[in-house]
Amino acid sequence: MKLYFKYFSIHLKSVMQYKVSFLLTVFSQLMLTVTSFLGIHFMFARFHTVEGFTYNEVLFCCGVVLLSFCLAECIARGFDTFASMIGNGEFDRILVRPRNEILQVLGTRIEFTRVGRMLMGIVMFVYAANRGGIPWDVPRVITLLFMILGGTTIFCGLFLLYAGFCFFTLEGLEFMNIFTDGMYQHGRYPLSVYGKRVLQFCTYIIPFSLVQYYPLMYVLGKGGGTYCIFLPLLAMLFLIPCWIFWRVGVRKYTSTGS
Amino acid sequence: MIQVEHLRKTFRVAKRSAGFGNAVKALFHREYDEIHALDDIFFRIEDGEAVGYIGPNGAGKSSTIKILSGILTPDSGTCLVDGRIPWKDRKTHVAKIGVVFGQRSQLWWDVPVIDSFELIRDIYAVPESDYKRNLRDLTDLLDLSELLKTPTRSLSLGQRMRCEIAASLLHDPRILFLDEPTIGLDAVSKLAVREFILDMNRTRGTTVILTTHDMQDIEALAQRVILIGKGRILLDGTLDDIRRGGEQIDETLAALYRQFDI
Amino acid sequence: MQKIKKYISFFRLRFTMGLQYRAAAAAGVATQFAWGALHILAFHAFYRTDPSAFPMTIEATVNYIWLQQAFLAIFAPWITDNDIFEAIRSGSVSYELCRPVSLYTMWFTRNLSLRFSRVVLRCFPILLVALFLPDGYRLTLPQDLHSFLLFLPSLFLGAFVAASLLVIVYAATFFTLAPQGLRAVVTAASEFLSGFVIPLPFFPDSLRRICEALPFAAIGSTPLRIYSGDLAGQAAYTAFGLQIFWLIALVLCGQLLMRRALRNVTLQGG
Repeated sequence: MKLYFKYFSIHLKSVMQYKVSFLLTVFSQLMLTVTSFLGIHFMFARFHTVEGFTYNEVLFCCGVVLLSFCLAECIARGFDTFASMIGNGEFDRILVRPRNEILQVLGTRIEFTRVGRMLMGIVMFVYAANRGGIPWDVPRVITLLFMILGGTTIFCGLFLLYAGFCFFTLEGLEFMNIFTDGMYQHGRYPLSVYGKRVLQFCTYIIPFSLVQYYPLMYVLGKGGGTYCIFLPLLAMLFLIPCWIFWRVGVRKYTSTGS
Repeated sequence: MIQVEHLRKTFRVAKRSAGFGNAVKALFHREYDEIHALDDIFFRIEDGEAVGYIGPNGAGKSSTIKILSGILTPDSGTCLVDGRIPWKDRKTHVAKIGVVFGQRSQLWWDVPVIDSFELIRDIYAVPESDYKRNLRDLTDLLDLSELLKTPTRSLSLGQRMRCEIAASLLHDPRILFLDEPTIGLDAVSKLAVREFILDMNRTRGTTVILTTHDMQDIEALAQRVILIGKGRILLDGTLDDIRRGGEQIDETLAALYRQFDI
Repeated sequence: MQKIKKYISFFRLRFTMGLQYRAAAAAGVATQFAWGALHILAFHAFYRTDPSAFPMTIEATVNYIWLQQAFLAIFAPWITDNDIFEAIRSGSVSYELCRPVSLYTMWFTRNLSLRFSRVVLRCFPILLVALFLPDGYRLTLPQDLHSFLLFLPSLFLGAFVAASLLVIVYAATFFTLAPQGLRAVVTAASEFLSGFVIPLPFFPDSLRRICEALPFAAIGSTPLRIYSGDLAGQAAYTAFGLQIFWLIALVLCGQLLMRRALRNVTLQGG
């Protein structure tokens, strides 16, 4: 943990070397989020509700997902450039150091530019939380925290999975985007919007609905029992298979060297 | 002590031919070539030796280095480094070795060198007192005092290589692997790097294993030379064994490569 | 003729390079298919809520989305040649200037070939599967031959406009310190304004009219709407004319900018 903060400070120092570029990137990140927000806004200006969810409720959902995704990106973005780390031999350097590989990969890149997006997520989420008419109480706040925590964990797990694939194929990683960027882009709407099949897939294969749909229903008071509070914690178990897959990848790497 | 016996490693490489038609064909069917990167390698290196490991491009040098440093698992054969099997217990193994890759940097690009050093200290969990002593020694020997506060990106290649070498020695490794440490350096920097490596080897007794294409490196540093070609050890002896005639070392080596058809 | 030949061989080289990434193409097909399916599911949900508020027919929307996914690489604003950015940043672009070719045309060709090589591998599987989906999710054939005949040139024009816009971004990189930021802003804006997030007809009316006149609509929106019959008759021809107009305007603009940029480069001595 101490080492991670060390990485953190070294990245902060690097970023401060290029302030203009940094601010521009933060701005552009914000833009990306603004456009996806506008997409929702325009749709609701026309339709007002979808599958029984109001504008405010969808904004709330969108804010939570955005926030978890950005947090995960800040932490685990090192995995995103992992293919190039293998390509240019930087991973060899990591292997000749006596520390956990995952920690070191995480340390190679900490993405501060995501604060722009995170800000947007917080704004949306506060706006919706105030206007959405949610009867806030302690269990609901706890559920919310669990949702963000669980969401961040799932996204981190997906990034880890993504990196794990790099060991097996140096190309063709694009399909993982369905799960990383796709979960975030399409997770703006509560998953039931996409119908039963998608909801099932996101419950049993990738437990995304455990941090989004079910606890959301509980927070919004639309049914879903008290057990929904703890579903996000269950979803965190998703990290285990991802980690095993990564281990298999490392083993494969050390036996083929490419 | 490093002991290597019957080491083998084979890779599979996709064949690719030129041309549009072949590119389309490769969409549906790909052929593979088997490449014997290492074919029954054996050698033994005692503590405190300085060994030059040479051979043409693609001979298997870096595969050997990768196996010795625990990054690569061989197909068969044994390899013991101070009694450890490198790939079996990688983390304990790499804590005791140092690796310099001449073509890649381990220093963080945008921050002063000293920050990178401190991070490396934390990665290797070097005790503070040892770190201070090592840093002081290395700074003196490699003349780094001016460079430590400079961001890596503003260093020249020669300055950077000196810092890279220091970074690999902060944790006091008993064995040092150098992969083309003098590549692209100017004459002054080359001499400084060589002198330092020699000094480490003589005074601290660090075992040095060096791969390079620069024969002067070998002349200056290595008491012993191992020549590898097409995955086999072709020659293991002193520099004089290779030189025999007393001609220029590069010509001798080229003649040798031709003789072995590698 | 000799002159064009070198650009064609350049195109071929890049195109062949693009074909090598077989696994990437398969993955791309899967991604785009899933992406399109999720989009359509969401639009269906909105349609169920209030069919009368739907600005296009649901068939047209479905067609729009499938074609968008199938031809994604032709329109996508994020398809850029990273080598070029790297070359500009590191200054090695001066090597390119030593070659007896027009840098503008070369970059334009490069971007275009990148787009086509990706699309060729990806569009057929997506289109094929989309044609045989259950009703309501199926890609339907265009309503008449007329709109199909207009769709084809419009598709190519879209790719050309996209490439010409991209070369402007390349050239602008010469002037900015932070190409990453610039690129991201242009990507985000053009993605939204060319109807990637939601199709332009779903925009509020006043904003939609403005967006339709912008060059971004000429990239991804016009051909797709022509195919799906959302733009027909006079409106289709107007949009088609706008595509041609923007292509000419952007090419001229890009060449001007490039000339300025290169002058700077030579002044600084590379």
